[in-house]
Amino acid sequence: MNDPRRLFALIEKETLQIVRDPSTLLISLLFPVVLMLVFGAGISLDSSVVRLGVLNQDGSPASVRLVDTFRNTPGFRLYDGRSVEELGDRLRAGRIQGFVVIRSDLGRRAATGPTSGPMIQVITDGAEPNGANFVAAYAQGATAVWAAQEQARRGASPAALRGSFSLETRAWFNPSTKSRNSLLPGSVTIIMTVVGALLTALVVAREWERGTMEALLAAGISRVELVVSKLVPYFVLGLLAFTICIAMTHLLFEVPLRGSLLTLYFVGAAFLCSALGTGLLISTLLRTQYNAAQVALNVAFLPGLMLSGFVFEIRSMPLPIQAVSAIIPARYFVTAMQTVAQAGDVWSVLSRSLFGLTLAAVGFLGLTLLNTKRRLE
Amino acid sequence: MNPTLVRLLALIKKELQVVIGDKQSLRLLIAPVILQLAIFPFAATLEVKNNTIFVLDRDGGPVATELIERLAHTRAFDQVRRLRGEADAREVIDRQDALLVLHIGPHFSERALAGKPEPVQAILDGRRSNSGQIALSYVQSILSGIPVGSALDPSVVPVVVRHWYNPNLDYFRFILPSLVAMIATFSALIVTAMSVAREREQGTLDQLLVSPLVPWMLFIGKATPALIVAIIQTTIILVGSVFGYGVEFRGSLLSLYLCLVPYVFALAGVGLFISTVCSTQQQAFLGVFLCLMPFILLSGFVTPVDNMPELLQKLTWANPVRHFIAIAKGIYLKGSLLSDFRDNLIALGCIGTVTISVSLALFQRRLS
Repeated sequence: MNDPRRLFALIEKETLQIVRDPSTLLISLLFPVVLMLVFGAGISLDSSVVRLGVLNQDGSPASVRLVDTFRNTPGFRLYDGRSVEELGDRLRAGRIQGFVVIRSDLGRRAATGPTSGPMIQVITDGAEPNGANFVAAYAQGATAVWAAQEQARRGASPAALRGSFSLETRAWFNPSTKSRNSLLPGSVTIIMTVVGALLTALVVAREWERGTMEALLAAGISRVELVVSKLVPYFVLGLLAFTICIAMTHLLFEVPLRGSLLTLYFVGAAFLCSALGTGLLISTLLRTQYNAAQVALNVAFLPGLMLSGFVFEIRSMPLPIQAVSAIIPARYFVTAMQTVAQAGDVWSVLSRSLFGLTLAAVGFLGLTLLNTKRRLE
Repeated sequence: MNPTLVRLLALIKKELQVVIGDKQSLRLLIAPVILQLAIFPFAATLEVKNNTIFVLDRDGGPVATELIERLAHTRAFDQVRRLRGEADAREVIDRQDALLVLHIGPHFSERALAGKPEPVQAILDGRRSNSGQIALSYVQSILSGIPVGSALDPSVVPVVVRHWYNPNLDYFRFILPSLVAMIATFSALIVTAMSVAREREQGTLDQLLVSPLVPWMLFIGKATPALIVAIIQTTIILVGSVFGYGVEFRGSLLSLYLCLVPYVFALAGVGLFISTVCSTQQQAFLGVFLCLMPFILLSGFVTPVDNMPELLQKLTWANPVRHFIAIAKGIYLKGSLLSDFRDNLIALGCIGTVTISVSLALFQRRLS
């Protein structure tokens, strides 16, 4: 029953189909390039410039020095406001990310020393929580610098300048703590999901739509042969896309690669199988391109973006959502990619990921086989 | 009734039948919205919670104990575990059991009591650099809360921080308005891009072209179903977020729905453009994706537009999603007025006009 020549012929047919429709080839190779550029240049959690409004209600020399401190702190672009209302309007319109109000008694109280009650108010745009945190932290930092300078100016004794507890930080694997270094290896997941799941979902759904799938099955080809013949060409295509991603991450964006290439490809191949399996299953179940496209978007791409831990921290999610994320292959791939790129071949992490990926691949491909049969009977 | 209007309505009705006519298609438009509404607001958080912090305490004195005690009472760390040595630290970080390891030196308490505190060393997992830094800021604030020596540091200036629109910086408040924009984007773009390609694939495009409908009417016929779908999906999300999540809608509901019109106009333009350059549904869908991904990633949904390089920030003006996310967030959370978004609305109008003119021109050239 299983004639290897027939299998090769089938694979050849699939490959020819890909090569003859240049759009498939173009998309699967152009896509990674465009997306890597977008991810590499556009995705960052590191705030670069904060647009901050300042309202100095005081005008004393001390308050002017405070404004200067803000102005001289790298990372701020200051806007001088005229009133709280005006700054509030700007905040609402999104033209500034926060503003600082210096109360009118700052100069007097700074001269007399310790005080209670607010002298400086920092208002942030809570609609952007990550940005709001940055604004608050930056503003407090700048204020602390100013406070220390004011004390030195008053000629405070060294005892009064007594240090507070400080932290000395070392970030392993990513000493500069650039978010790009962890986001880029994770973003490969999104690209591979698109190339793997979306492309196959569409291609196979088209065969069902046109009736060529039934024709193949009626010709006495076994289900395994059919699935394998669909899998192999797209697997090769996926690996090509993967290579483009890796090359761009490593060579263009200079994200280190601490693990071995072999491990990287091993993990990539495992994820690719699970993504191809997802795509095949969707198309087998739905059989129309339009619906397959919609489902692939919702089942493969969006969870890959939201629940994979690529940007959003899985541990911070409520437990039921964490449970949902456990059945998403992308999650294991993100962990594995980040580890291989930045930490190296840490097998205690990788074995867990590989297990999850293999399980997903076997599960999806198995379900595809089952459903191919049932549909025909 | 005006015969043109009758024809237009007939076309819209026909298009709607394709999009929401059968049960499977309708389910596919509604179910994901509900699923996403139920899951994503919980998932999309950059907060740091439920982590285990590992402490290598070489000191064991009273100040170190106090510090560890305080760490155990924060939301970021639900567990504080002690390590025995440097090798263990390596192990827990490698395996991602720990986000953060604190190393307290042998003379920590003694020096702190003498008023010359030595720094606490923090080792964080660079693979999760953003979370690591957030966790670090929690530790920092705990550290600065512990008095050095006997008295409080006199240099502490009272700074009061207030987060407007979202006092506790809840991420679900931030994500829900963006979700409105996201979901409308998917369907509007897919509905318009796929419809022309499908007609072409099935050979019905020729029939449409010989009908008395002029190209711009065809466009309205294709764009209106997208608008209707977008309005339905937006309404589901708004109802869910106001009544399910209790996020107050601060602005004017009418403004938001009004803004949907130029937004869908821009998206339909992009969709139409894609479908005129593609010849099959498959190509059209992949084309949608090729546009959709950069649109979403560079919209401020995942990471803020402000963090991008300047040049890229300028390029995002051509991205309709960026404008609508700003609008949706502004009106929903901040009660912004339409006038706050003049630039965004103009940009949406430009995107729509340009894409539609180009695609109509391409279309007509192909016809002749």
